[in-house]
Amino acid sequence: MAPPDDCLARNEWICGAYLSSRREILVEAVLQHLQLTAAAVAVAVVLAVPPALAARRWRWAAGPVLGLTTILYTIPSLAMFSLLLPLYGLSAALVIAGLVLYSLTLLVRNILAGLRAVPEETRQAARGMGYGPLRLVLAVELPLALPAAMAGLRIATVSAVSLVTVGAVVGHGGLGNLIYSGMNTYFKAQVLTASVLCVVIAVAADLLLLGAGRLLTPWTRRRA
Amino acid sequence: MNTLSDTWSWLTTAAHWSGPDGVWNRLGEHLFLTVVCLLISCLIALPVALVLGHLGKGGALAVNLSNIGRAVPTFAVLVLLLLTPIGTYGQWSTIIALVLFAVPPLLTNAYVGMREVDRDVVRAARGMGMTGRQMLLGVELPLALPLILTGVRIAAVQLVATATLAALAGGGGLGRIITAGFNLAATPQVVAGAILVAVFALLVEGLFEAGQRLAPRRGPETA
Repeated sequence: MAPPDDCLARNEWICGAYLSSRREILVEAVLQHLQLTAAAVAVAVVLAVPPALAARRWRWAAGPVLGLTTILYTIPSLAMFSLLLPLYGLSAALVIAGLVLYSLTLLVRNILAGLRAVPEETRQAARGMGYGPLRLVLAVELPLALPAAMAGLRIATVSAVSLVTVGAVVGHGGLGNLIYSGMNTYFKAQVLTASVLCVVIAVAADLLLLGAGRLLTPWTRRRA
Repeated sequence: MNTLSDTWSWLTTAAHWSGPDGVWNRLGEHLFLTVVCLLISCLIALPVALVLGHLGKGGALAVNLSNIGRAVPTFAVLVLLLLTPIGTYGQWSTIIALVLFAVPPLLTNAYVGMREVDRDVVRAARGMGMTGRQMLLGVELPLALPLILTGVRIAAVQLVATATLAALAGGGGLGRIITAGFNLAATPQVVAGAILVAVFALLVEGLFEAGQRLAPRRGPETA
């Protein structure tokens, strides 16, 4: 029997038969990609607020916090994942930890910039109305820093979606796994499909956060 | 702790530093890729950004390019290029991928730098009868230099990172020590390679940082 002469056999870049025959693998990879990204960004958001607040409150803390984030951000992703290998082994936790460090960097910088942009008059007005330090932070400063923080969150999320692919080196890379195995077998349709899906996820996540940001900060919409 | 001492002994073994797979050779490849691609990217991005910034056109392009560059996975582009016919010409697929990711920060920063030059200064230059070329080279370019250099620094760090990833797609450079370590399941080698890459990246960043500090400051402070 002659081998089937479809786009899979001809190893074409765009291949409908690939989409239909590997649907389960693709869905699984996309889900893993989303899980890794969401877990990393969520952890980073929680971890980013305290250092940003500390750097805002105590002048001496700003230098070390920003310096550390610059150093973390300079380390290439492959090296970052590799440095975490002794701690986490070949696990999804390793990929998440690496992504957290990058997202943290972007978030701390943006939250700090947002906090610094809160006008001194606003702060004084809140104090004059009897706001204590904690209430000042929670009810005035953090909400006003939200637009800058959301901008940071969007950048961090889009970067994380793209960086998850590097996790393929430890076998936990979501769509990156498909790109990696597609490279080793010269499977063009798989590499292109997975790459396009990565970009689609990044754009979708960005738009989702843009919408969420608008909902969370209704006061910024009036001017636009 | 055991991994740390094993890593240390990997790094201090002379045999790991010589030969075609040795650290010195890989460092040379990495440096070569970074420098060559930085030059190519500057030659492509800076003239375009300077002219666009001078004319005040194409701002949306310059800004969006950075966003697109962030959304497209570096690893995906490296592999995609490897599978195209370009991939059969040795290092070229790596070089093209590196340039693609170094151009956006260069373009964006240079463009923004040109646009942030004080408009009064530009108008004064025009009032003095300067031609477009004189204004571009004599007024706008020097004033935009701090931001242009920031773009070059970001691009250089990006290049070091991308060149590391290129090892996953069969390219050369220090990343090869890491990928070889993964293939051998040799954690000390993976960590040693990662330390070398991290130190190299931080050195590049530090070098540009120092260069920017030493460069004469003109015009408004730019962060």
